[in-house]
Amino acid sequence: MRKTINAITAIAMRDLIKLLRDRPRLFFSLIFPLLFVGILGTSLNSNLSADVGYSFLIFVFTGVIGQNLFQSTAAGIISLVEDRQNDFSQAMFIAPVSRLAIILGKILGESMVAIVQLLGIGIMGIIFQIPFNLGQIVGFVPAIILVCLVGGSFGLLVMSNLSSQKQVNQIFPLLIFPQFFLAGVFSPIKNLPIFLLVLSRISPMTYAVDLIRSIYYWGRPEYSKVVLHSPSVNLLVLGVMFLVMFTTGTYLFVKNDRNR
Amino acid sequence: MAKIIEVTDLTKRYKKATTNAVDGVSFEVEEGEFFTMLGPNGAGKTTTISVLNTTLDKTSGSVKVGGIEIEKDSAGVRRMIGVIFQNPSLDLNLTAEENVRFHAFLYGLFPYRLTYNMMPTDYKKKVEELARILGIEKEIHQPVKTFSGGMKRKLEIVRGLIHHPKLLFLDEPTTGLDPQSRKNLWSYLKTVRKNENLTLFLTTHYLEEAEESDRICIIDNGKIVSLGTPLDIKRDLVEEYMLLDSGNRKALTKELDNSKLKYVEDGAIKVWIKESQIQETIRNLKTKLTSIQIHTPTLEEAYLEIIDKKNEKNN
Repeated sequence: MRKTINAITAIAMRDLIKLLRDRPRLFFSLIFPLLFVGILGTSLNSNLSADVGYSFLIFVFTGVIGQNLFQSTAAGIISLVEDRQNDFSQAMFIAPVSRLAIILGKILGESMVAIVQLLGIGIMGIIFQIPFNLGQIVGFVPAIILVCLVGGSFGLLVMSNLSSQKQVNQIFPLLIFPQFFLAGVFSPIKNLPIFLLVLSRISPMTYAVDLIRSIYYWGRPEYSKVVLHSPSVNLLVLGVMFLVMFTTGTYLFVKNDRNR
Repeated sequence: MAKIIEVTDLTKRYKKATTNAVDGVSFEVEEGEFFTMLGPNGAGKTTTISVLNTTLDKTSGSVKVGGIEIEKDSAGVRRMIGVIFQNPSLDLNLTAEENVRFHAFLYGLFPYRLTYNMMPTDYKKKVEELARILGIEKEIHQPVKTFSGGMKRKLEIVRGLIHHPKLLFLDEPTTGLDPQSRKNLWSYLKTVRKNENLTLFLTTHYLEEAEESDRICIIDNGKIVSLGTPLDIKRDLVEEYMLLDSGNRKALTKELDNSKLKYVEDGAIKVWIKESQIQETIRNLKTKLTSIQIHTPTLEEAYLEIIDKKNEKNN
């Protein structure tokens, strides 16, 4: 058990150290929030806020937090498909460490990476003077962890069914980008035609984004206009999604890993 | 000597494939042996190594490593082996020491610590020793991306040995290295093998590397086509002959006829003869010779002979 925890910690910390040493990657993690929050959020805010009755900048800002955590962790896990043919990941797979320990270490590591990348969004929040209070920050801590775990298990489920980087390049964007719009990262999704409503409500990112918003807007007058579900409903749905995707993904990954 | 690898009738067919990548292969490797698997691309070498190092399930057959059935205790097998992969397996953004440290954590050799300074003295001593062996005392805390190709490979080997494996798999370890780096790497591997009584399981395209091994297994289309010492393989498969010439060819051929030696006149006179008979035959010849050329079979000829024969049969 001690050796397994040791290995999980090493796998997780390696991802974090790699991020901190990778300057271009750190730079881009600052640039993307600038694009999404600074440019898209500001332009939507200038044109739509008066009509919808709340700040679109804050709407996009909170949406990007959920989307960024979910997508970053999912993409990090999926990178294992390619990594296992290259770099140190090859050595991980022949070490006396269980596949479950590798998965846990990777999800933990990629979650830390996603959280560090939040700094870019945080800086945007400070620049655009988005109001925050202590209660919101405290509420964000468990929410951020859960969103990362769900993003990681989503990535795991997708990865367990893909065997090559070519497949990843074809399929992963198809699964992640529509969720930006279905989850309402940049636009409200309270009212949708029925087919989009169904797709939106089965998309895991919807609950990730809504959880962040339900905590941020808790007690604010815009709450009912912006938030879809209460924090407890979002927590419950995300908890169930995590359990289902993590268990199925781990089972399929272990089964398909050696049986090629 | 104890057997460290026992493979019986190993077959592997990948999902959706119509033929077997490895097709009923059987062989054994003894502890401390230097065993080489040779074969063209797609012959089944990497598939065999992947099954042996427990990263790929076999379709059928029995495989034991260190006496352990691989599917019964894969972690036990993994503790016993080290693997040097075809593709580099170092984290280029990490330092040489960090690469070694993460490997040590994965094998549970030391408890996790965030920095080198926080590591136990035992570990630090070991790293200092490794740095001395590699001649990188100054660079041990530098990112690996600043290292040369040969140095990176050497570091991978050093790292792969830190948990003291009994068996080291080397999957085309010198591909992409310049001749000097290859020479240095092999000189280092020979020392390690001697010091640690390590079993080496090599796959390579470089036949001169295979010459050094105790036994060679030539594999093609998933089947073993030859298995034995380099000398056996060469003797069994390659013609041994010498080329003779003389100002008086008639007298020379008469003498050869009398000695009942098989020959053919093909520019010079090509005489089929075993290496052990050459000395005596030359001594007995009375005709004055103008040239003698002894053909020593090479492993490359043996290898090409085997692969060509196999291809002819298939066609």
